[in-house]
Parts: sequence; C-alpha cells; structure tokens
Amino acid sequence: MLASERDQLKSEIIKMAKKHDHHRSGLIPVLQHVQNVSRHISPEAMQDIAEAFKIHPVEVHGVVSFYSFLSTEKKGKFVVRLCRTITCDMAGNEAVGNQLENELGIEFGETTSDGMFTLEFTNCLGMCDQGPAMLVNDDIHTKVTPEKVADIIDGYKNRFGAHVTTGEHS
Amino acid sequence: MTKSANKLVIFSDIDVEKALKNAVKKPRPDIISELRESALKGRGGAGFPTSVKWNLAASAQGERKFVICNADEGEPGTFKDRVLLTDYAEQLIAGMILSGYVVGAKEGIIYLRAEYTYLKHDLEATIEKMRGKKLLGKNAAGKEGFEFDVHIHMGSGAYICGEETALIESLEGHRGEPRNRPPFPVTVGYLGCPTSVNNVETFITALHVVEKGAKWFKTFGTEKSTGTKLFSVSGDCEKPGVYELPMGITIQKLLETVDGTGAKAVQVGGASGICVPAKDFEKALAFEGVATGGSIIVFGQHRDMLEVAINFMEFFCEESCGQCTPCRLGTETLLEGLDLLSEGKCSLKYLRELTSLGETMQVSSKCGLGQSAPNAFLSIIENFKSEIFDTRCSCR
Ligand SMILES: Cc1cc2nc3c(=O)[nH]c(=O)nc-3n(C[C@H](O)[C@H](O)[C@H](O)COP(=O)(O)O)c2cc1C
Ligand code: SF4
Repeated sequence: MLASERDQLKSEIIKMAKKHDHHRSGLIPVLQHVQNVSRHISPEAMQDIAEAFKIHPVEVHGVVSFYSFLSTEKKGKFVVRLCRTITCDMAGNEAVGNQLENELGIEFGETTSDGMFTLEFTNCLGMCDQGPAMLVNDDIHTKVTPEKVADIIDGYKNRFGAHVTTGEHS
Repeated sequence: MTKSANKLVIFSDIDVEKALKNAVKKPRPDIISELRESALKGRGGAGFPTSVKWNLAASAQGERKFVICNADEGEPGTFKDRVLLTDYAEQLIAGMILSGYVVGAKEGIIYLRAEYTYLKHDLEATIEKMRGKKLLGKNAAGKEGFEFDVHIHMGSGAYICGEETALIESLEGHRGEPRNRPPFPVTVGYLGCPTSVNNVETFITALHVVEKGAKWFKTFGTEKSTGTKLFSVSGDCEKPGVYELPMGITIQKLLETVDGTGAKAVQVGGASGICVPAKDFEKALAFEGVATGGSIIVFGQHRDMLEVAINFMEFFCEESCGQCTPCRLGTETLLEGLDLLSEGKCSLKYLRELTSLGETMQVSSKCGLGQSAPNAFLSIIENFKSEIFDTRCSCR
C-alpha cells in the first residue's frame, strides 16, 4: 500500500472510530469499511484500527479471522461466492462451479492474477427455492446455469472497465 | 418465488400505522397479557414464549434497554425472513416499535446478515419513511413520551451469530462466541443492558396478535402450537417457496401443498433439524411434534442420504465457533466417520461409537449449534443405515 493510501485510510478509520466514541461496538463497522475499500485488512490497517480503539492488534486480528466476509488476504475486485448448501447442490451447483473455474481460469479459493475476481464457496444464501445461487459482491444471482456464467462474469468485467473506480464497492 | 395464497395471519391484511397507534394506546400489561393469552412462541427456532421474554425485559432494571431483531437467517434451507425483510419491512419495524414500547427500550437494532446486504438500502428507506410519519423518533407512534428508533447493523458472515448471545458479542465488536447463560440477554444483554431478541417473523406475528386479538390467533394451529408458521420449502417439489400454514399441519399435507408427494425424506429444521423418512410423514409440524424454525427440504427417491449428511456436517465443521471441545472436535470426528461410510470402510462397531459421540455432543455442547449438529447425522443413520451400507459396501 502506498504511504498516502495508508494515511487516507487511517484518517477514515480515525473518523469512523470517533463517530462510535471509540467504543468497541464500532470495531466491526470499521473493519467492514476497510474490507470494502481495500479488499482486505492489512497488518498496517489492523495497527491503525487497534490504535483508534485502544486495543491490541491481536484482538483486531482475532475478530478479522472469525468472520468469513473479512480477510487478511487481498480479495479480487469482485468476490464470487457460490452457495454450496444441499439445496443448491441438488439444483446443480457443481456444473456452475466448474464453469466458473473455466471462465475465470482459477480454482475455488483463488484470485485471478489481474486482481479482478476471487472465487469462493459460501453457506446458505437464503435462495434455496431459486438455486443454484451465488453472490457477486453484494449482488445476488439465482437459477444460475453454466451457460449464464460467462455473461454474468462479463457483466462485471465491463462494469469495471467502464465506470467502477478503485475502492468502490458495487 | 411462490408465496402461498393463504393469507392467514402473517400475510393477512393489516393497516400498520393504525395497528401500531392502537397498540401504544393500551397499557403495557394489557399487551403482555394478550400475548400470553395467544401463547405465541418465538419463530426463530427455540420457541420461547414471546410474552415471557417481553415481560422479563420489561421488568428488568436498566437505564438503557434494547430491542434486537435477529435477521441473521443462516439456517440452511430457510429464506422466509428474506421475504419478510423484502415485502413486509414496515410490519417488522412496527413490531419492533411495539416491543420497544412494551419493554421500555428506546433503541432497536436489526442485525442483518452480510449475505443480505442487498436488502439494506430498501430497509433503510422504510425506516426513513417511518421516521417521516413520526412512527419512529420522539413521541413515536403518537405516544407522548415514548421514544424509539431503529438502525441496521450488518453481520460479517458467521452462522453462529444467529445465536442470540453470539449475536450480542458480535454487536459489541467481538468474535461471535456464545456466552454462558444465565444471565440471559433479557437481564444482561447488549452493552450489559436488558435486551430482548426476537426473530423477524415473531415481531410481525406479535403485531397482528395485538391488533386482531389472541382469540382470533388461536383459531389457527393447535393447542400447544398456536397460530400459523412460515415454511421455507425447497428441494424436490414442484412449487418451492414460502408458505404460511397453520401450526400442526402434517408433513404429508405440506408435501401435497407444494407438489412434493412421493418424497423419500424431508429435512425439517435445516442442517440442525432432523431428517424425517416417508413412513413418518403423518407427523405434525409443531412444537409438540417435529419442531422447526420453518426450513423444509424435500428429498426425492433418487437422493443419496449420505451425501445429505455429509453436506450438513461440513457446514457445522466450518461454522462451529471452536469455543468448546464437544462441538469443535465432535463435528470433525463425525465428518470423518461419514467419509469412512462413504468409502465403504466404516465398521458397525465404529458407527455405534459415532452415534454415542453424537448423543454426547447433544448434551455437552455449550450452545445450540453443537447440541443440534449431530441431529441430521443421527436421524439419517437411524433411518437410512441399510441403504447406506447396501450402496457403499457392496461395491468394494
Ligand atoms: C446456532 C444458532 C443459530 C441461530 N440462528 C438464528 C437465526 O438466524 N435467526 C433467529 O431468529 N434465531 C436464530 N437462533 C435462535 C436465537 O438464539 C434466538 O433464540 C432467537 O433469535 C429468539 O427469537 P424468537 O424468540 O423470536 O424465536 C439461532 C440459534 C442457534 C443456536
Ligand atoms: S457448541 Fe459449537 S458453536 Fe456453540 S459454543 Fe461450543 S464450539 Fe461454539
């Protein structure tokens, strides 16, 4: 991370922590913000956050490691989360998963080398009547078929090229 | 999505603003006794009487109190809260205001799971709209001196945070690890203050009960399980979706409603529920029968029940918070056992040991996750043992 970026993020962290009166109940909202902005929570960010809340960085790390939507590793610009619950399984998520791997050229758990996409499994998305379901960042896609996968992925690629700026969370 | 044509209680018509304003004109004890009379039990799974919870929170000592809506809906196969949060948000918030009035809380929090972030914008718009109508804020719902507001707190992807004390830990900025109970949240909850936590469906049902009366509510359901329930139906049926049905309906009747007859088994209550084989389809869906938060997954004749058990156990291995040993190690051991079964390498003797391990987990785990994690395993082994052995052992 560039020094100026870290300073920028740090000032946002301080501002948000202040909004929560530096109370620990503000910790997760701050972590969520940092995750959205920089796609992971770096050791430096953990330091800054710990300082803002006057707790030990290990405490911050403990929280980050607990939640599946927070990460210490840098995620792609778009995180694709395919539901692996039994109902989506019965609806054919395996074929969808294969096709996602084919289109993106990566396996589950990996991020494309251009930093655009991360592919993951997730537990129940609450779309069991419309499976297979997947989330791309915050967008839900239902009744996904292998044929639809390429179009969905292209939709995000084009969005990136056209008007998504760094750090924006769609 | 298929939504049932039935408009019994939750989906029945209501003038939200009028209902709320009527309610806050009543003395608090009257509302509590109406709820007691209705025998409404929590719709989040545990089935705790709503009147008792609200009464405990109301009588608890505290300067500050909280009402929390549990919108963490993470049980595999459950999606009825999503429908309510999408189409019935105003009723939900009105139910929270009602609860705030009864327990004496000023602050309401909706704990919304990260997977439902796409619902946040519209929910916030509804909250804002209700502020505009002065249903929220100072003198809320036209009641002099009653102040109440609601905000949304986003989850970060952890099934365990649906357990109410883990939810509170998470709200306080910690890992979502369940607390020891007692003390219960109604006395020591969020920030140490009395806190009443309810499921989305419970708030909405309570609003209808208070407006339309316990007597009306009790015309639905059974004596021990009054009213109706939302069922999230998925799997091998023609008409999956959310259905409002009277409590006490048999599994068979439900299957007829959703065109899922001829099924081999039905998983009632999601991964933490139990697997009911066809011979038991006459059982009732009710607190006194097969209890459920509403998740119904239908399995057709061609489904491999061992695959189902494995899928659920993988879920628990991943979602166990790891705090206590029976759950952390037990889920891993049961999964390894299922893998052995799948490879046709599990002796009956070892299977018996696994069954007894499952029973130990049910009694010795700290929270509901570990206590219910073995349910699917045990009921699938019990009902489909011969199928599992026949299909796995003979091929080797
Ligand atoms: C592992 C686990 C997960 C739970 N998840 C939820 C949930 O997603 N939503 C919910 O309302 N209750 C959930 N509960 C039940 C809550 O702890 C609590 O009983 C409920 O929110 C109380 O509301 P009610 O009385 O209105 O049902 C869960 C319990 C456990 C043990
Ligand atoms: S039973 Fe499981 S989820 Fe519950 S406290 Fe123990 S380890 Fe955590």
